[in-house]
Amino acid sequence: MTPAPDRLLAMYAGMLRVRLFEERVRELFAGGRIPGFLHTSVGQEAVAVGVCAALRPDDYVLSTHRGHGHLVAKGGSLRGLMAELYGKANGICHGKGGTMHIADASVGYLGANGVLAAGCVLAPGVGLSIKHRRSGQVVVAFFGDGAANRGPFHEGVNLAALWKLPVIFVCENNRWASTSAHALSTAGGSIAARAAGYGIPGESIDGNDVLAVWDAVTRAAARGRRGDGPSLVEAHTIRWVGHFEGDPQAYRSKEEVAAGRRTDPVARLERLLRDAKVLDDAHAQRVRDGIVAEIDDAVAHAEASPLPEPHEALTDLFASYPWRD
Amino acid sequence: MDFGDALNKALREEMRRDPRVFCIGEDIVLGVPFGVTKGLCEEFGPERVLNAPISEAAIVGSAMGAAMTGLVPVVDMHFADFVTCAMDEVANQIAKSRYMFGGQIDCPITLRMPYGIGRSGGGHHSNSVEAWFVNIPGLKLCIPSTPADAYGLLTTAIRDPDPVLVFEHRGLYRVTGEVGDAETLVPLGSADVKRPGRDVTVIATARMVHESLAAARRLAEDGIEVEVVDPRSLVPLDRATLADSVRRTHRVVIAEEGPMRGSTGAWLAWVIMEECFDDLDAPIARVAGPNVPIPFSPPLEAFATPKAEDVEAAVRQVVK
Repeated sequence: MTPAPDRLLAMYAGMLRVRLFEERVRELFAGGRIPGFLHTSVGQEAVAVGVCAALRPDDYVLSTHRGHGHLVAKGGSLRGLMAELYGKANGICHGKGGTMHIADASVGYLGANGVLAAGCVLAPGVGLSIKHRRSGQVVVAFFGDGAANRGPFHEGVNLAALWKLPVIFVCENNRWASTSAHALSTAGGSIAARAAGYGIPGESIDGNDVLAVWDAVTRAAARGRRGDGPSLVEAHTIRWVGHFEGDPQAYRSKEEVAAGRRTDPVARLERLLRDAKVLDDAHAQRVRDGIVAEIDDAVAHAEASPLPEPHEALTDLFASYPWRD
Repeated sequence: MDFGDALNKALREEMRRDPRVFCIGEDIVLGVPFGVTKGLCEEFGPERVLNAPISEAAIVGSAMGAAMTGLVPVVDMHFADFVTCAMDEVANQIAKSRYMFGGQIDCPITLRMPYGIGRSGGGHHSNSVEAWFVNIPGLKLCIPSTPADAYGLLTTAIRDPDPVLVFEHRGLYRVTGEVGDAETLVPLGSADVKRPGRDVTVIATARMVHESLAAARRLAEDGIEVEVVDPRSLVPLDRATLADSVRRTHRVVIAEEGPMRGSTGAWLAWVIMEECFDDLDAPIARVAGPNVPIPFSPPLEAFATPKAEDVEAAVRQVVK
């Protein structure tokens, strides 16, 4: 199944938005505008966008420490996200979360997470509430190849499979668990194959092909909405950048990144669209200019926004907090 | 009505009142081992009484996922000791979600924590771990000592929009007492004077309330009148009731079951110092467990168990 041309164009714009957003964030971080430990998803755009293109607006996403792309792809406000990355008072989380702990409930984005595989055990519970409401929604739990070796991955998949909950476990296998190679951290090699042990479909796909991601998640979502239970999708991709900004990447060769750039998911879809005469130079430029303008606006908004008042560190802990500890 | 039945009554009434409330945990359909959830599945069905695999991270994590998206879970931790298997979910996820997300997402979870020493439970089934959680911002924590408080606090916890841990001492499940027919809620942050007295304030929680009352009866025979104050919730803490008692008695003993070091009692001693240092006529005395894991053999376990005699000795020391 191939999506209609307008859907393809939306995926193209979606990937380009993630790419340009992340590249801008890297520049801003290097320039000292953004504090913290920054993990960007440059090179992995097809997973975020392919997954979210297969979802309904009211579906849920649980993300990871490398989560900006997921939120941008889910339709989160660039202004709110950028202001949060800056630590500004009007960031989505009022500056309390920052890069690794952002949520945007308005688009069903239930949180990036600083702990690997944490979302894998939250997801079955989101599935329980979906089932309770009979709303036909699904929830995606993103996790990385490194997270697949943590207990919560196994506990979450087991529970979702046992209770046939509408969960899609999406592994972004970018080959590196921080600085550890996949082969040196993961027994058995295939994460998709682990699904068989839990009696659910597990599919290994080219995560640099947005259409392959979209297709796999479309099928997984249909299965979840039918009440047939969870699926596991392992999307193979390549992180073009370090684990964190400033990572010297002594653990891998320059050739690997160069090879990754040759499988650039954005360029790949752009070629397809050009070959199909859906996109030409002028159109591509308009798309890019529009996204750059959105990002410029988000940066200008974040720059102009106030920092939180220091005493705001004491708010948002409880629904109400009238006592003295 | 006993303490366990009072908790069962609270669960049953809240599940009747609010269709979003559900229970999740290990062995909860049968209500094993303490009987608190017995009979709930018959009334509410297996979709609201979720008998989970032995998979604590998934139990607590999925409770959070459900709470974030509109349900009101009540987790049965089976033994509070096992919360270590879900510590990321409690300490990093549940406690921090509202705060880190800038108040966008409610997390109305109740974690029922059966805990405490007794019957040779040994090192993995006997610990008083409440101090761990007092040290985690973002969690509320209550610790009933009577059936009425158990009913009132659990009901309040379920209705609270934030995560609340209810520490249920497993030695108290068969303790009986009056529980009113009408809904008698106990608000969080409301201490209770369990016995009035003019000479010494004993601040005690859960089982130690009963040990302290026993000590108070013996001390009364010698003319020493002990006031036993039960904070009932540690977060939030009712500083005013504690301080009011100390301002009248000028002497304080703090009794708890967990280990002495870095404990809730140590923190309460600081609270008393901060509130009413100038009112104290003697240094604060503390009763707590020794700094060892809970041992198995009956004489060893008995040695590690703070008792009425320990409270009595501490009171005699502060009135000397």
